[in-house]
Order: sequence, then C-alpha cells, then structure tokens
Amino acid sequence: MLAKFSLRDLLAGGIFVLAGAYFALEALNYEVGTPFRMGPGFMPLLLGAVLAALGIGVAGTGWQKPDREKPLPPSWRGIVLIIGVVIFFGATIRGLGFVPVVFVAAFASAMASRLNSPLFAALLAVGLTVLCTAIFVIGLGMTVPWFGPWLGQ
Amino acid sequence: MDIIGFLGLGFSVALDPINILYCFIGVLLGTLVGVLPGIGPTATIAMLLPITFSLSPAAALIMLAGIYYGAQYGGSTTAILINLPGESSSAVTAIDGYQMAKNGRAGHALATAALGSFFAGTVGTLLLAFFAPPLARAALNFGAPEYFALIVLGLLVSIALAHGSILKALAMIVLGLLLGMVGQDIYTGTPRFTFGIRELYSGLNFVSVAVGIFGVAEILRNLENEKGRDVMVKSVSNLWLGKEEFKRIIAPVIRGTALGSVLGILPGGGHILASFASYSAEKRLSKNPAEFGHGAIEGVAGPESANNAAAQTSFIPLMTLGIPAHPVMALMVGAFILQGITPGPNVINDQPALFWGIIASMWIGNLLLVMLNLPLIGLWVKMLTIPYRALFPAIVLFACIGCYSINQNIFDVFAIGFFGIVGYVLIRLGCEPAPLLLGFVLGPLLEEHLRRAMIISRGDPMIFLERPISATLLGLALLAVLIAVLPSIRRKRKEVFVEED
Repeated sequence: MLAKFSLRDLLAGGIFVLAGAYFALEALNYEVGTPFRMGPGFMPLLLGAVLAALGIGVAGTGWQKPDREKPLPPSWRGIVLIIGVVIFFGATIRGLGFVPVVFVAAFASAMASRLNSPLFAALLAVGLTVLCTAIFVIGLGMTVPWFGPWLGQ
Repeated sequence: MDIIGFLGLGFSVALDPINILYCFIGVLLGTLVGVLPGIGPTATIAMLLPITFSLSPAAALIMLAGIYYGAQYGGSTTAILINLPGESSSAVTAIDGYQMAKNGRAGHALATAALGSFFAGTVGTLLLAFFAPPLARAALNFGAPEYFALIVLGLLVSIALAHGSILKALAMIVLGLLLGMVGQDIYTGTPRFTFGIRELYSGLNFVSVAVGIFGVAEILRNLENEKGRDVMVKSVSNLWLGKEEFKRIIAPVIRGTALGSVLGILPGGGHILASFASYSAEKRLSKNPAEFGHGAIEGVAGPESANNAAAQTSFIPLMTLGIPAHPVMALMVGAFILQGITPGPNVINDQPALFWGIIASMWIGNLLLVMLNLPLIGLWVKMLTIPYRALFPAIVLFACIGCYSINQNIFDVFAIGFFGIVGYVLIRLGCEPAPLLLGFVLGPLLEEHLRRAMIISRGDPMIFLERPISATLLGLALLAVLIAVLPSIRRKRKEVFVEED
C-alpha cells in the first residue's frame, strides 16, 4: 500500500497536515470571535484547517506515483556543521566576542565541504575574520566587543 | 509638476555623489552575486538589509534595487560563458548564448545581452515613471476590501507562474501566511504562537526567515552534490557588434522589452516567464528556427531584454500599491519598513524625492551596468573561477552577523538555523520556497485588511463581490488558478519550466 505512494508527496503532505493542525488547535486557545468581529484566533484557525486540507491533497496526489529517481543523500556533515555554526554563533557572540566567534564559525563552516582541507579552511577563516571585522565592526560600527567577557576582557 | 519636473527632481537625488556611490555598490554586488555560484539576489538582499539600516532611505533603497537588477546582468554572463544560469531567468539565455560562446562568439553574445538589457532597462524605467503616478492615485481610493482582493490576486497568480505542483505551492503560501501570524495580534495585542518566548512577540524576523530559506537551505542543498565548474572561455574579445548583427537584434530586443514589461507587473516569477515567452516567440518568428539552440543571436537578445524589462516593471506594484510581486520585492517592502516608511500609494506624495530618486537611479544603474559589464568582462571571467567551497562559509557568516546586528537579538540568529532546516526539508520534498516567503510577508496585511473589511460590512462576506474593483480582482485570481490547473496549460508549464531544474 505504502509502496504505491510517492514518498516525497506523502512526507510533504504530512508536514503540512501537522503544521496546519498545530496552528488550528493552538488558535482555539485564543478568542475566535465572529466573522463581524474576528478575534485573534479566527484567521489562524481558518488557515490552519485549509493547510491541513491541502496537506491531505498533496499526499493524495502522490497515490500511484511512486518516486522513480532516488534523491541524493543529504550531506549530514554539512547539515550538522552549518546548523551547528549558526547555533554556536548565536550562543557565544555575546560571551566570546566578535573575532573568536567569527574565526571559529568560518573554520567550521568551511569544513562542511568535503573538498576543503583543514589548512584551506584555516586560511579562509583568517581571511573572513579580517574581512568581517573590517566591514561590520570598523566600517559599520556594529556594537559588539572584539573579545568578549568570557575571555576576561 | 509634470513628469519632466518629477524626473528632474529624481535625477537631482540620484546624481547626489553619495547615492551614485551606493547605486554603484548595489549594481556591483548584484553583478557579483549574479556571477558567483549558489547565491542569488534574494539571499544577498536579505543579508544586506541590516546594513542598510544606517543609511539614508534613498541610499538604502537605491542600493538594494541595484542588487536586484544588477543580478539579472551578472546571471546572463554565467549563462553565456559556462552554461550555468546564475539566475533562473537567465536559463533561456544559456541555450543559445553558450552555443555562441562555444563558436568563439562569446563577445558578441555578451554585448548583445548587455545592450539589450540596457535598452529594456531604460524602457522599463520610463514605464515605471509614467504608470506609477496614475496607478498610485487610483490606489488611494482603495479600501480594505480592494486591498484584500489585491493581495489574494498577488498570492494566487504567483503560484500560477511557479513551477512544480500547484497544491504544494498553495500549501506553502498558507504555511507562509500562518508563520506571518506569529506574534502579537494587531487589534487585541494577544500574543499568538509565541511559546511564551518574549522575543517572538514582535513576530518572526523576516530577515531570518529569508536568509534561512534562501541562503542556508540552498547551501545545504548544494553540499549534497559538490562539483567544480569548468570555465571554458578564458578570455573574451570582439565585443563590438557588426552592422549585420546589430540589425538582427533590434527587433528581438524591442519585442522582448514589450513582453517583459507587461509580464513583469504580474506577481510571481514574471521575469522568468518573460524570458521563456520571448524565446519561444523569437523562435516562432525566425526565418530559420533551426538555428535556435545552435547559437542564434536572437535567442540571446530577446530573452535578455525581456527579463531586464520585467525586473524593472516589477517595481510598479511595489511602488504604487505596496504589494510585492515576488520574494525580492517582499524584501524591498522590508527595507522600506526598516526605514520607517510604509510602502504604498502614499510614498509618491509624501516622499517624492525618494520615489523619483529611486526611479532615476535605476536608469543610472543600468548605465553603470553596461560600463561595468562590457569593459570589465575580464574581471568577471576571473570571478567565475572562485570555487563555491570558498564562498559558502562567507554566506553563512554574513547571514549570522547581519541578522544579529539588526536588533542584537540572538534569537534572530537561532531562527536562521530553524528556517534553514525547514527550508531544506521542504525543498527536498519538492516544495518551492518562494511562495512561503511571499505569504509570510503578506500574511499580516491580508489579515488586517480582511478583518477591517468584515467590520465595514458588519460580517457580510458579500462585500468583496459587491464592490466592482475587488470583485474584478478576485475574479482574476480565480481565473489564474483555473488556467494553471487546466490540463493543456499544465503540460505547457511543464515544458516551459523543465529547463530550469
């Protein structure tokens, strides 16, 4: 039964149904109101229901149309490193300061590519740190310490 | 004041040395991202939005606009030289432009693209100058029902022009609309979908959403399949067109400009559609259609003019109605708002210097682009050799730093990561990200106008059909969806968009 479905459509539809259901159910906690005086919950309830219905439709269109080509495998290394860099940046920018955070972030994101050697990544990180500090901190006067309080400054 | 007077005012703003400088930076950056792989104008403008915060409104908007139409020029350079369209709208240019380059006529192809684009840009800018004021005047009479209908039209037409599944595009719009509702309700102040997080009370930061979906998700996508690219043409010579070629491109350029100007106003990927439409028109009108696909100069001239004209006229709905026609224009709305200006019909009267200054700067920008692109083509050819693996770390960093610098809010940075993942998963599942961003930007407006219209009508939805303008707009929206799902058109859409993937 499942094999007859397009997995991509099924998953996409599932995501839409879940998201729609979340918004619609959460909207019930707010005042829904009447069409004349709509409350904060009216639109999200309506749109959430529409989204869930569209999700069922999307899953349905995949019926009898199993995916023919196999998608490329995701680059787990890329996902972990890139998303990790974004979280690292947010979590440490105040504490560590601009220069160390940018250097580490640049190095780690460069390593997300299998084609980059650690040496190339380090060189790139030095270059990007200089460039970003020049543009954002010196040029645009961004209010952020060069080295943050965690480093005893 | 008449149009000459207004344009005079515009040029006095645009020719201010500071504004020329920012216009130059804008078109330079635009060409750069058009040429460089894996980064488009949407992500670039999103990343640079925070930087423009410290500039004057005119300088900020002139620069951001320059990035957008500059990218159209740069995109054609990569299309011609390495058969990789830098921008989706240059996909058609690659067909014949690359063949010309292979035959040693790269210089001719590039010159044709630049001259055609310049002509189209000039005409598009003039159209904007002539049509914006009357449209803005008409829009001043628009009430909530008309605006609601207009937004619905904009959203639905954008899916008719998108490629891929229409149901998925619809679902992405609705998801975008819902995400736009996160934050405090405009009328009652009730916080919605905030998980009790204070940072979410003012809504999701749309720079984070845009950078996550168009920047980070795209990087994750590109990391799946890493490969270098070959630059076949190492040097370009012979940029001057002969008399014979000049004659051949005149008609296609004019036709392309006309097509592009009209289609550019449509919401969605007007400029993409314009270049495809122009290509097939030229092929049909040509005396020897067999030459198409093997280096027909008309196949470069028409589409390039069309996409540039469309890039220019797509500013019309934004400047007159405040309604963005596609994601880049949605970001421009954000730029206006960051500067404390609500885009819409009032801008032309309240800020005439800004309005006409932006329009005049577009012509100057187009002139700068011709100068940048033809004599300096050697520089851009060198740029083509920068590998993607050296570029994407810079994109990640600029995204994080840019988002953080808007409000010094680390939550905005985490949001990039979240939307990067969400965007990546959805793109992998065959959902286009553009409708989501459009929905996200228009969501709050849609809700506001709907609620206001329903209060005016005391809860009677017939108000949308009783007022002639809103009824017409909604009728057009319905028509757009019907046409898009018609079987014959569906097949055509598949043919048209198949080149893009």
